[in-house]
Amino acid sequence: MNEKTTRTVALSDHAREVIDHWVAKFPEGRQRSAVIEALRVVQHDNKGYLTADLMDAVADYIDVPRIQVYEVAAFYSIFETEPCGEHHISVCTNISCHLRGSQEIVDHIEKKLGVKTGESTPDGKFFLKREEECLAACVNAPMMMIDHVYYEHLTPEKVDDILDKIE
Amino acid sequence: MNYRENENLVAFAPFGLENSWTLDAYRSIGGYQSWQQVLSGELSADDIIDKVKASGLRGRGGAGFPTGLKWSFMPRNAPGQKYIVCNSDESEPGTCHDRDILRYNPHALIEGMAIAGYAMGATVGYNYIRGEFFAEPVPRFESALREAYEAGLLGQNINGSGIDFDLHMFVGAGAYICGEETGLLESLEGKPGRPRFKPPFPANYGLYGKPTTVNNTYTLASVPTILRKGPEWFAALGPEKSGGAAIYSVSGHVEKPGNYELPMGIPFPDLLEICGGIWKGRKLKAVIPGGSSVPVMPGEVIMECNMDYESLREAGSALGTGAVVVMDETTCMVRMLERISRFYYAESCGQCTPCREGTGWLNRVINRVIDGKGRSEDLDMLVEVANKIEGHTICALGDAAAWPVQSFIKHYRHEFAYMIEHGGRSIVEADGKAAA
Ligand SMILES: Cc1cc2nc3c(=O)[nH]c(=O)nc-3n(C[C@H](O)[C@H](O)[C@H](O)COP(=O)(O)O)c2cc1C
Ligand code: FES
Repeated sequence: MNEKTTRTVALSDHAREVIDHWVAKFPEGRQRSAVIEALRVVQHDNKGYLTADLMDAVADYIDVPRIQVYEVAAFYSIFETEPCGEHHISVCTNISCHLRGSQEIVDHIEKKLGVKTGESTPDGKFFLKREEECLAACVNAPMMMIDHVYYEHLTPEKVDDILDKIE
Repeated sequence: MNYRENENLVAFAPFGLENSWTLDAYRSIGGYQSWQQVLSGELSADDIIDKVKASGLRGRGGAGFPTGLKWSFMPRNAPGQKYIVCNSDESEPGTCHDRDILRYNPHALIEGMAIAGYAMGATVGYNYIRGEFFAEPVPRFESALREAYEAGLLGQNINGSGIDFDLHMFVGAGAYICGEETGLLESLEGKPGRPRFKPPFPANYGLYGKPTTVNNTYTLASVPTILRKGPEWFAALGPEKSGGAAIYSVSGHVEKPGNYELPMGIPFPDLLEICGGIWKGRKLKAVIPGGSSVPVMPGEVIMECNMDYESLREAGSALGTGAVVVMDETTCMVRMLERISRFYYAESCGQCTPCREGTGWLNRVINRVIDGKGRSEDLDMLVEVANKIEGHTICALGDAAAWPVQSFIKHYRHEFAYMIEHGGRSIVEADGKAAA
């Protein structure tokens, strides 16, 4: 392991365990393949977003240059590098959902939470992330994803029910 | 012909069984028989490739490339590590059958990957699953994988056969471009998923620079049934050059949207009837028959068409992923195209100038029309920009962005022109057809 001592925070034991598990799936010297999984667990443990310190810690732990971790965090839509609400809401508005009324769902959530798409609620609970691209649930449209869980065949009433139940 | 016979199911064969995703359920329909034949030396690599060729199976990931031929490109006997990679990135808008294969029949994919790996001399496989599948399809696949290892179906020197096959799962993190096979390989290496120049093709220079074949989930999950029931059976399900079944993901304005696995070549009117017809008693307007990238077809054209590779190609579109997006008479085609163009703009990886710049242009001009600021020359400009992207990029995302624009304007030019002339008002509103 490299001795990189500048501003690194410690990864949790849980995060290290998950990262080790993934690194083991790839050939010797190909640990870079585990960067995506490492960022996923670290983002989750940090209530929904990544910080520079966390990315550095991941890079140092996996032993890859830090820039390689930053570029992955920037490229993939699941990763957030700015503070945002804990529960990420993504409403699919792509073609099949568009045809089955996804706009009404987006409008309803914006009104209910009092935020626009791309914003977080002031209490830090919800992040209405974006109008999502197709999530491969098109035959059950309209749909949304909250923290990876799919909710399908949505109506405004169902949305109320779902959001009200989230802690 | 009764299209809906259970007998006709390929990758959906165990559907309807209780806990169809378990090893027991899969075994009850003959699952892993073909793999056992491989392990006991009854089925050689050449046999497998010949049978897959004879079945007429074509890649279900969108391009329809003959699977057996693709497998024969792998330098099977060359020394060194080789890989089989499954593409479960499923993100072509309208497409959602791989998710159901992962959730309800993961063992078919595992068996298919093991067989494919053996046929191509690949002792390691990765299944690349899109990140958004984290909560349900991923754990399903993972537990099936565990079952297969525990049952001694995977690993080193499996059952003393001398055959090795290790299978791992990989979970992506949100990027359509990672569905493109070389973008996927980059992503699997832990990098941004920017497609590679081809050649060299993955069969020579793939994952970590080693010979690699990438196949779609549905393609691989079809292989065990093909070997079990015979390539002739599979080929005969569909017409010539379109062997087998297709899972049509029918979405949009039908009464019963769903994933329907049916013999290839079913006439569109029959497919529509199975889906309960157009919803709310309305009329059919248009269909995108193979995922958002393929050209749109007017309703009257597709009503005369069979749903297979060749018929749709002759009719000016493509079977693509088999995602059938149905639009009724209230649909504003300008807004549909805006949503499609926004998708390609958002998902362009940005490495090729025509795609990076062109997709933005397309989306901005269409939005200008919707905002009531369109100009009469905009329509020709849209087609011109699309033509400049098509064929000028490293990967086919550029083509996928161009085809919808070209086809929407070809068939529905009057709707765009109407909107330009009427300050952003849609023709469907003028007709009083707009959905309430
Ligand atoms: C932009 C783009 C996105 C793609 N997305 C997918 C996808 O999500 N799933 C898939 O199987 N193939 C996708 N493909 C096709 C793959 O590049 C590749 O052809 C396919 O996985 C090969 O498998 P097959 O021969 O079994 O179809 C995509 C292609 C392009 C150009
Ligand atoms: S279009 Fe919304 S899930 Fe596919």
